[in-house]
Amino acid sequence: MRQVKRQKGFNRKDGRAYLLLLPYILLFSTFILIPVLIAVYLSFTYFDVINEPTFTGLLNYITLFTQDEVFLKFVLPNTFLYALIVGPGGYVLSFLLAWMLAQIQPIPRTVLALCIYTPSMLGQVFIGVIWKTIFSGDQSGWVNSLLLQWGLIDTPIQFLLTKDYFMLIMIVVSLWSAMGIGFLAMISGILNIDQELYEAAYVDGLKNRFQEIIYITVPSMKPQMLFGAVMAIVNAFNMGWIGVTLSGANPTPEYSGQLITNHIDDYGFIRYEMGYAAAISVMLLLIVYAFNVAAHRLFGEKD
Amino acid sequence: MSQKKKQKRGNFQGSRINPRHFSKGQVKFYIILVPLSLFMILPVVMLINRAFMPLGELFAFPPHIIARNPTMNNFKSLFALSSTTGVPMLRYLLNSVIVTVLTVLLNLVITILGAYTFAKKNFKGKAVLFEINQLALMFVPTAVAISRYLVIVNLNLTDTWLVHVLPLAAMPVGLFLVKQFTDQIPDALIEAAVMDGAKELTIVRRIIVPLIRPALATSVVLTFQQVWMAVEASNNYVNNDTMRTLAYYLNSLSTNNTVAAAGMTAAASVLLFLPNLLIFICMQSQVMNTMSHSGIK
Repeated sequence: MRQVKRQKGFNRKDGRAYLLLLPYILLFSTFILIPVLIAVYLSFTYFDVINEPTFTGLLNYITLFTQDEVFLKFVLPNTFLYALIVGPGGYVLSFLLAWMLAQIQPIPRTVLALCIYTPSMLGQVFIGVIWKTIFSGDQSGWVNSLLLQWGLIDTPIQFLLTKDYFMLIMIVVSLWSAMGIGFLAMISGILNIDQELYEAAYVDGLKNRFQEIIYITVPSMKPQMLFGAVMAIVNAFNMGWIGVTLSGANPTPEYSGQLITNHIDDYGFIRYEMGYAAAISVMLLLIVYAFNVAAHRLFGEKD
Repeated sequence: MSQKKKQKRGNFQGSRINPRHFSKGQVKFYIILVPLSLFMILPVVMLINRAFMPLGELFAFPPHIIARNPTMNNFKSLFALSSTTGVPMLRYLLNSVIVTVLTVLLNLVITILGAYTFAKKNFKGKAVLFEINQLALMFVPTAVAISRYLVIVNLNLTDTWLVHVLPLAAMPVGLFLVKQFTDQIPDALIEAAVMDGAKELTIVRRIIVPLIRPALATSVVLTFQQVWMAVEASNNYVNNDTMRTLAYYLNSLSTNNTVAAAGMTAAASVLLFLPNLLIFICMQSQVMNTMSHSGIK
């Protein structure tokens, strides 16, 4: 009798487990789960912070995809271009770097890996300070000074105030700081592959190192590849502040570096159209989710 | 002949990954990796040097990469300078230290309990909860900055110390990594302790924590990086300058385009960067150890 009851309901053992998890669940809900739910709710309303939200149905989404010229003309293409290069591009790059690092001796490997990892632990402010100095629009900027010295230009280029190079600079800076823990995970993933697998594969007719990567290395470290992929995607979308930090203004010069996160801030924190901003947030979360589903399809192990 | 060749190749394969010695085959990797590592680290080296440059050198043409006449003046004026609202630099530094220590400690306790429960307990709803946490790995905080703000305002957390700490105290990536690491502790160890009458928290303290040190170190590193550099709370949730952090102050310095601010910005950057780097270097072998269990299946 007692036994049956235990299996059905919530027993003391479950209760204790939840007690241990309680702090995590509380904070997780407050700062991650509930904000997501609120964003979904607000996305169906008009909300200006002062008055109560009024329900408007799908209006925000319809406006976003039919009337918002900035979104359709700049934000969406920019976001996809940027996210595809920094996400999958950064990911492939971090795998290749990790793979090459695995081919050299431990001590130089540690030193070089540290150099490559360092930019990813700098944080928004620091990255802004460094790259604003490098691309400064007068002759004291490092890039301008080099170009002037080599006689390639006569007057300094306003790198961060004009649209011509802005996206390119954003991508370089983002890739530079993209070799984060996903990169570290891949290094240890590659180092932990059983050496005998390689030997066996060569006996079975593996011909070169490229085949080695495709048939042995990547399949043997799928879990790390997936972890790295998730980290790369998150990084690509989390770096949305980069354009605003570099140019010092939202919107970025002629919307050249306007990403979806800047568009959210523009409507949310500048125009106080919270409902509309929330609809853009929901779109962003859906895009991130779609990328993740793709990553899981590629590297997930079905059990 | 062919057998000899084959054998030679066989030996070569085995030693190519994680080699102990230098061989000619590695040269091509060094040729790519060394310049690339220099490219990665050079901006950081240049900024650190700027912190020690006298004013004249900061705006020299052509710019110097290495400070030729190093000076501590930038640091001195940074510490002497109070912001427009009269808050001295040291106050921001102190705030950063307090906020960081609190967040790291709270995060550590929460992560240990959470990882232990997920790894070693069977309870209803476990699969669903862990799945939610997996989904949260890809959470992009900037996407919901606005609704997060609304939550914080409604909880009356604005202008409190907690607003710096709580949003960063639960970190899905940290929990995930520590949980994966805890998975490897044999259940028998815990069962034996239970037989001996050990209580839950004793098990955690005496058995789990000592065995998962590398993963905990990693979690500390990651939390530290996030909170030490965070500007979100200071920007959005705190209106009182005496409660803002060093990262925020550096941010406000860097938007100030005066000549004097350039040196101080670099000096403040170095103060912000060095603890970060040192902690990572000290913990790097633990981090790498943890990363080998980081896979998502």
